[in-house]
Amino acid sequence: MEFLYGLFIAPFADFAFMQRALFGSLMLSLGACPVGVFLMLRRMSLSGDAMAHAILPGAAAGFLLYGLEILPMTVGGLIAGIVVALGAGAVSRFTIQREDASMAAFYLISLAVGVLMVSIRGSSVDLMHVLFGTVLALNNEALILIGGIVVVTLVSLAIFWRALVAECLDPLFLRSVSRMGSPVHFIFLGLVVLNLVGGFQALGTLLSVGLMMLPAASARFWTVRVEPMCVLAVLIGFASCVAGLLLSYHASLPSGPAIILSAGVVYFFSIVFGSRGALRARIVHHRHRTA
Amino acid sequence: MMTNACLTFRDLTLGYNSHPAIHHLNGTVRKGSLTAVVGANGSGKSTLMKGIVGVLKPMEGSVVRMPGVRTAYLPQQSELDRSFPARVVDLVSLGLWPKRGMLGRYTKEDRESVSKALMAVGLGEFETRPIDTLSGGQLQRTLFARVLLQDADLILLDEPFNAVDAKTMGDLIQLIKRWHGEERTIMVVVHDLDLVRQNFPETLLLARQPVAWGETRETLRPENLLKARRFHEAWEENAPWCEPDHSRDHGHDHDHHDHDHTHDHHHDHSHGSGPRAA
Repeated sequence: MEFLYGLFIAPFADFAFMQRALFGSLMLSLGACPVGVFLMLRRMSLSGDAMAHAILPGAAAGFLLYGLEILPMTVGGLIAGIVVALGAGAVSRFTIQREDASMAAFYLISLAVGVLMVSIRGSSVDLMHVLFGTVLALNNEALILIGGIVVVTLVSLAIFWRALVAECLDPLFLRSVSRMGSPVHFIFLGLVVLNLVGGFQALGTLLSVGLMMLPAASARFWTVRVEPMCVLAVLIGFASCVAGLLLSYHASLPSGPAIILSAGVVYFFSIVFGSRGALRARIVHHRHRTA
Repeated sequence: MMTNACLTFRDLTLGYNSHPAIHHLNGTVRKGSLTAVVGANGSGKSTLMKGIVGVLKPMEGSVVRMPGVRTAYLPQQSELDRSFPARVVDLVSLGLWPKRGMLGRYTKEDRESVSKALMAVGLGEFETRPIDTLSGGQLQRTLFARVLLQDADLILLDEPFNAVDAKTMGDLIQLIKRWHGEERTIMVVVHDLDLVRQNFPETLLLARQPVAWGETRETLRPENLLKARRFHEAWEENAPWCEPDHSRDHGHDHDHHDHDHTHDHHHDHSHGSGPRAA
């Protein structure tokens, strides 16, 4: 009993920085995981990755002007992300180019600018901070920011849920009954940027997309409906955060990669054992019903 | 404008990359009429549908809908994502959008009307089936159920009988006739001329411009069909620009080579690179 307490409870009970890290990362999961589910269902999983890279120059600009401060870097990242998301989205909506190509073009340009800016002033330690985050050093400002992002995300999802589902399921139908198609697409891209920015101080620009995509990708193997899929993704996100932080505490590992790797373990487990996973598909193959 | 016109086309030109797929269409669709739209591949049938719904903006002229008309549209090439995790009820419930919009709650009556719509297309037991397990014909009936639920005054069906077996087609035609009896205005793109002769009072025969439009038996006379068949499907890369004074001669064949003015053009797309009407 004592041992279990020491393993699972004590790290969070004894250390304020662990409590903050837990609180921050759980809040992040609450917003980012449902967004990840829709990102995956819209076949934009890699766009999320691209967007995460696109945030870099904004964060770098904040870093150049104010040093390693969370707020300016976040605001910078938000602006860069929104410029890239709107730019790539607009190119794909109004020209023949598909979103994957325009997104790739925009994020590569953005990434090059970002790396250039960090290298002008920063040492490699600073670059590491921007790229990999510091979940164990979340201050009050950061927690409030994450909290705000989660509220905005959940409220927007609640309001636009039906339009978002319709836009994913049958976009041409939505266009024939409503003008919500384009707005809802851009609102959704905005939510993606918002959650990536929320994640990047905790997990870094490279890994923040991990907490968005891996739980969503895992949840896909367990259910055939959107609502349970979102709930399940959030739960997987929660579990990954707890497991990752404990792993990071006990084994002195960096917390960001530990969280994402925990989600990765769930993902591989789901591939094999999920109710729509590989093993199940094999077993069902041998038996069938009469009708 | 006639007072009982559900749709009025005024010199309507629709197309892609400055090439017309519907060329200077004039006329009206009477409220409560049931019209078949026929023509060869590329004659502009689907394009006309898109123009009426408003997903394609006119290059010239306009489509005027009767004020307050609710439109339901079943496209030929649906952009439906069948891998999306949704059940048949979820897909059909989208048809409640005109009534409930984005935020309105679905009531008990709404759910009952969804069940009734599914029952009407013979899919009563399919409510909770994931949409990726449906056959092509079952999916088509599901989409018909959604149209049913939309309770629209103007119903546009673009090749609704594709991949549908004979029995299902009979059911769907009964449904269309029921709508016709309810004074709804219906336009259906069809390829099977026998089907048109048997079931559709009016027909619009298209070959980029209307070849004939009116009572089905008159419209589908051999000489009209021949005229429609002679139409040239491909774009003329260097077809001259259509000038206003040449544009009103609807009666006879449009042969663009008759125009004697040839300007320099700077559109550089290759044949068939853009979207095409079917």
